[in-house]
Amino acid sequence: MIDWTYSEGVYELTLAAPPCNEIGTGMLAGLRRFLDQVDPAAHTLIVRSGLRQGFCAGADLRELHRGLSDAPRDQHGPQLRQFIDAIHGVMDDLDMLPLTTVGVVHGICFGGGFELALTCDVLIAEKTARFCFPELRLGIIPGFGGIPRLRRDVGNGLIRDLLLSGRSINAKRAQAAGLVSQVVASGEGLTAARALAAQTGKFDPTARKAAKAFIKKLPKDELLAERELFVRLAEGPALLAALQRFVESTDLRPYLP
Amino acid sequence: MSDTVGTLIRLAAKRFGADPAKLRAEDDLFENLGIDSFQAVELISDVEDEFDVELPDYELQGIKTFAALAQKIDARR
Repeated sequence: MIDWTYSEGVYELTLAAPPCNEIGTGMLAGLRRFLDQVDPAAHTLIVRSGLRQGFCAGADLRELHRGLSDAPRDQHGPQLRQFIDAIHGVMDDLDMLPLTTVGVVHGICFGGGFELALTCDVLIAEKTARFCFPELRLGIIPGFGGIPRLRRDVGNGLIRDLLLSGRSINAKRAQAAGLVSQVVASGEGLTAARALAAQTGKFDPTARKAAKAFIKKLPKDELLAERELFVRLAEGPALLAALQRFVESTDLRPYLP
Repeated sequence: MSDTVGTLIRLAAKRFGADPAKLRAEDDLFENLGIDSFQAVELISDVEDEFDVELPDYELQGIKTFAALAQKIDARR
């Protein structure tokens, strides 16, 4: 599901949970295991997908549906809060790692997958990458910290566009908006990330860490507000109804808008 | 066949290793090419790059043929 290598100061974290690295309790536990063993002497973390389908399709909706369906109604709130608190803990820790973090994105980068990518310091997108917040279709907002993190990087107009329309944008548009640092050909993302890691390794560690700490802060108040709004919306009937439709759908193309 | 349809067929054939000579304007993209939603997303990016347009996903709902997709592209050029 999650695997990593560590060599000469560089971690390469590979997500490989079919169909497209959906984030549920298993993925979360894997990310937590990775975070708990990070060598503070490392200088770069590369986050990538090992699946052809894309970077990450977002939250594991089938697992979420099972959890909510199996629990009494009055337990939905506490259950959602527990999951979202754990997710935020992992995302915040990834965000604040004292390494330079590089996300390599190809194909689908939707919802929670987009939010995971947004924890990275630098994003390298292959030309096939598409970014999307489809959450309104489920009657919720992005809940893994995506909007506050996106607000650090791009203007409010693009955020409203993505959030309120649910449309996806390609790598070139994402680069023009300042969200993506480099766009490369299909299959070239990891090579570009390794070249960046080699460069990062030349820098003085104290200066490198200080630079990141200086420019990249956690938007704590907004993250907290997002968490509360997410749980309030997710407790409502719209999410469960949307999840029901999703799991019962026989559409072979569930990731088409 | 319009230029747009011809270019679309060329793009799809290249992306999915199909024979362009066997693809027609009114073909169902999914059935004829046998592609899934992940591959469809890749094709949308190819199309946007090639024609220098942005295609909002919600406008592509229900679009199944090269001809229908070509109309959407031409409306944004």
